[in-house]
Amino acid sequence: MASRSSSSTAAGGSDSPQKPTKTKRTRRKRRKARAVGDMSRQMGESHRRFLQTMMVSGVIDEQAAKALYQYCCETHHTQYAPDKLEDFIDTINSRLQPMFMQIRKGMSENNGLQYYALVNMAETDITRMSSDYADNELELFRKTLDLIVCSENGKASSTDILNSTDSMTTRKMKKSETEHLLSRLVHDKWLSEKRGEYTLSTRCIIEMEPYIRTMYQDHIKVCHICRNIAFQCQICENPTCGIKIHNPCVARYFKGKSEPRCPSCDDFWPHEIPEVKRPHSQSRR
Amino acid sequence: MTQRKRPSSTQSSSQRRHTGNLVAQDEDDDATFTQPSTSQVQRGLEKLTPAQVDQKTAEVVQYFLVKDQKKMPVRRADLVKHVVKDYRNIYPEILKRAARTFDQVFGLKLVEIDPKNKMYILVNNLETPDKASPVRSPSNPKMGLLLAILSVIFMKGGVVRENLIWNTLRKLRVDPGEKHEEFGDVRKMVTDEFVRQRYLEYVRIPHTEPIEHEFRWGQRADAEVSKAKILEFMGELHEQDPKTWTQQYRQAHSLPNSSQASTSSSSQR
Repeated sequence: MASRSSSSTAAGGSDSPQKPTKTKRTRRKRRKARAVGDMSRQMGESHRRFLQTMMVSGVIDEQAAKALYQYCCETHHTQYAPDKLEDFIDTINSRLQPMFMQIRKGMSENNGLQYYALVNMAETDITRMSSDYADNELELFRKTLDLIVCSENGKASSTDILNSTDSMTTRKMKKSETEHLLSRLVHDKWLSEKRGEYTLSTRCIIEMEPYIRTMYQDHIKVCHICRNIAFQCQICENPTCGIKIHNPCVARYFKGKSEPRCPSCDDFWPHEIPEVKRPHSQSRR
Repeated sequence: MTQRKRPSSTQSSSQRRHTGNLVAQDEDDDATFTQPSTSQVQRGLEKLTPAQVDQKTAEVVQYFLVKDQKKMPVRRADLVKHVVKDYRNIYPEILKRAARTFDQVFGLKLVEIDPKNKMYILVNNLETPDKASPVRSPSNPKMGLLLAILSVIFMKGGVVRENLIWNTLRKLRVDPGEKHEEFGDVRKMVTDEFVRQRYLEYVRIPHTEPIEHEFRWGQRADAEVSKAKILEFMGELHEQDPKTWTQQYRQAHSLPNSSQASTSSSSQR
């Protein structure tokens, strides 16, 4: 035994530097990780079921996505690792890329939760909707988009939208047609409506952010905290500052702070700090 | 969902314009599109880069997905005219690759429902799971009603007079004569929407006064809905062994026909 230990010490190479052994171990670990990663690149039935659900639902919240991921893996007896949802979606996205489709993530301006949406990346215009809407309907949607982007509160009232039909260049729409269109846009998850005011739905923001950034460069607001595009947000009242923060980002940033101060100019933050919203325990859409 | 990307094949379209006759011919013979031979396809592929072929395949996939969203079948003539266009000489290869993409990426099967008119639909290739999905699908109520209708038709031998369906719906508190909270115009949904989607066939019975129609399963139902599963459900509902309905059981477990999934298992989805 003594000889063994002495020989092992010799073999262990206490004289030779530790470095080669460590590198060998990490190289082996990296190779194994890559192999596992490569395995997850393969698209299986679980991925297909996830994708089919996304195609039918259009947009789902993060909790539903996690539950769906688990369900898909269990249904098809695939190895399930709870923290690997992003990798799982990456695999799907790598196969969707040639069709200019992606599953993308974004935050809801209403509840601050993360949502996943299946979006079309091909169009640089709103023609992504053109298979479902007539030319004049698309024009009215563009006008609604104008109103929302250029507003301070990220909302457009139904009155304002109705008034904007006066300046339409395509076939004008009657009041009833406009109302019907608006309800279709809400049903198709492009707009959200509350108390007669229309906002961009989470799915719309996720899908159209690149288009909106290009079209409305000078008008768009960007959240100081999360750096994403912002429509419904609070604005610093300091005229030399004027930074914008999403309502949910305000809730998270100022949580527990007795005296809220602007993160940029340190002025007192005068707006009401909303509560941080918690995800539901059972997420059913 | 998407508007297909226009191919940047300006060169070939101007070439076509020079051969005036050929252009007119192409537009006319959409209805009589003849399949190119294997050697023609091979030659065609040699003249194109892999990227071009992939791009065209992606466009075909997008086109199908948009149509399928509305459950509308795709006519080969439309596909060739609007999407394939100048690549029609390699059409079989494009379609083959698109079918592979549907299968591998989406778990969908490209099915020809009308060999004469060359119409295609996309059918779900994933098996029906035992447990329900945690994400509720928005189309569920309509599908539930449709399944009830399909069940009645199947149990009654494959064809029923329309009154039986209307009575069934009334029993389910869905009155075809009234505007329904969830379904709206029920009669329209059943006789128009479900028929256009190829879930049902609604055919006039000759020599009936007043005019009567009968319902049958549509081609999409044949491809998508498992008769075995319906029978299983019936068995549970009536607490009977599905085998007691011998005719239906035989039908449900017979060999799949050409338009159905080619798996040997009897549970098609």
